[in-house]
Amino acid sequence: MSRLAVPKTYKLYIGGAFPRSESGRTYEVVSASGAFLANAAKASRKDARDAVVAARAAVSGWGGATAYNRGQVLYRIAELLEGRRAQFIAEIEEAEGVTRAVASAQVDESIDRWVWYAGWADKFAQVAGNANPVAGPYFNISVPEPTGVVAIVVPQDSSLLGFVSAVAPALVAGNSVVAVASERFPLSAISLAEVLATSDVPKGVVNVLTGSPAEIAPWLASHADVNALDLVGAGDLDWISLEIEAADTLKRVLRPEQGPDAAAPALGRISAFTETKTVWHTKSLR
Amino acid sequence: MPAPISAGTSLVTARERALAVLGGESDDATLRRYLHGIAGVDAVGLEQRAAALGTRSIKTTSKKWALDRIISLIDLTTLEGADTPGKVRSLVAKALNADPADATTPRVAAVCVYGDMVPSAVDALGAAHGDPDDGGIAVAAVATAFPSGRASLDIKLADTAEAVAAGADEIDMVIDRGAFLAGRYGLVFDQIAAVKEACRRPDGTSASLKVILETGELMTYDNVRRASWLSILAGGDFIKTSTGKVQPAATLPVTLLMLEVVRDWHLMTGQRIGVKPAGGIRASKDAIKYLVTVAETAGEEWLQPHLFRFGASSLLNDVLLQRQKITSGHYSGADYVTID
Repeated sequence: MSRLAVPKTYKLYIGGAFPRSESGRTYEVVSASGAFLANAAKASRKDARDAVVAARAAVSGWGGATAYNRGQVLYRIAELLEGRRAQFIAEIEEAEGVTRAVASAQVDESIDRWVWYAGWADKFAQVAGNANPVAGPYFNISVPEPTGVVAIVVPQDSSLLGFVSAVAPALVAGNSVVAVASERFPLSAISLAEVLATSDVPKGVVNVLTGSPAEIAPWLASHADVNALDLVGAGDLDWISLEIEAADTLKRVLRPEQGPDAAAPALGRISAFTETKTVWHTKSLR
Repeated sequence: MPAPISAGTSLVTARERALAVLGGESDDATLRRYLHGIAGVDAVGLEQRAAALGTRSIKTTSKKWALDRIISLIDLTTLEGADTPGKVRSLVAKALNADPADATTPRVAAVCVYGDMVPSAVDALGAAHGDPDDGGIAVAAVATAFPSGRASLDIKLADTAEAVAAGADEIDMVIDRGAFLAGRYGLVFDQIAAVKEACRRPDGTSASLKVILETGELMTYDNVRRASWLSILAGGDFIKTSTGKVQPAATLPVTLLMLEVVRDWHLMTGQRIGVKPAGGIRASKDAIKYLVTVAETAGEEWLQPHLFRFGASSLLNDVLLQRQKITSGHYSGADYVTID
């Protein structure tokens, strides 16, 4: 007897749960050859709003965790990704229409990049922070603090690598993230969300929206409770308008990057979403 | 059916009215016969009705109206052991000027504090202290050994009289749930009536009396209905769901049930009694459901500060955020409202 296949429903990832879009909308995700792959949720502005609420609630816990603890949690995500290699490779092969070797390379690169960023969690403050020289009997210390909620339009031309490259660095410093996945290749992002849900990442730290970045991004750019905007994958959108809207609430904005080197691993991607806190402390008088 | 009786009646007429409705003295046996003679509540139907009222889609212009109306119906509340005069002053500042960035924001109806904080609230309000109908802000005080109500009657009355003397316009009393659950309806009736008397001022006017049923401790909808009738018979001007210290606090079905009692009482006597859900209403979306329920049950005329209130603290911030969203066109955040 032949078995009836059970197709997977891809939903959003908000506040540690996998809800459908409140609008009830979905859109068809097709393979490179145009074959139907799955229905993905088409997030609305209200889903974006809910995601920001969840992300805001998660900031104090994630940003307040020790850097060492955050690093360990991020390493664990990489470990779980490794265990799911086969699933991601199959997804990327289907969605992007690439060979198994190319898909494997993308998954390997994603995992390696995740490990690279995880390693920075308890080290970047040593590089980005400083003990400032002052003319007095004081220590004057600058340390990077997470900026808060970061909204990210991830690179649109890649399934997994683009998502990992944009989301991982924002997490390192202790920010929480609302990520708008690639419109054409959203499935790996939701599969990655399943990894996040079963690792030790607190709920709300990462929220994933699928659907139309052109529709969702303006709401995130103008949202007063979003602290920073990463437009790395927004090159095809009217990103200048997004930047203008973000300026109203003084958000930090990273501009779009194009090509295969988009969102290349860099310490700058971590420190872009930090704010420098400088404190004075008296030296002992002996 | 008795002749219509005007609001703000004295104890004498309250007692007369009760006797007329009850057809006997307000003792345990008579009250028991009357309250247990009221038809039971169809719990499934009630919850279904409340759920249905909660699904109504409110469009933008109505929502804008609703948000402003919600603000003007709020009793902005702080009832913590750690309340200080400074905390009350900042609460009053927020009541006077909820959104400093938008002068069109309406004022709340009242501030609600513990009895010993009434002088602080009255001082802080200054000239703005007054009737919400005249653009003022009233001072409501919880009394009668709030929130448990476990004290002797003398202490409850002294608690009430002191708050009224200090300038409270409204008294939020708690009923003795223990006595109610033990079936001692006459005792509960007499206590409410006595507190109502203690609300009188020397000039003959009287502070408005809100009777807190603490529905979370009454166990059944039938009890909520009986307690509502009992409180109204004994002279309460408002019936209020909860202290906010017990879970569950205000729920939509319970509020709907109390509104039905108020509606029935109005049909019977012509007198309008207020309803105040309190505790657990934090989101504008939920508050709008209550407005719909009020309008559909008691009538739209109930959507005014003398007949409906929200007992809330964090609700105001959420309403302000929604208001800012409608005004500015983009989502707002907690950095744009005060920290309570």
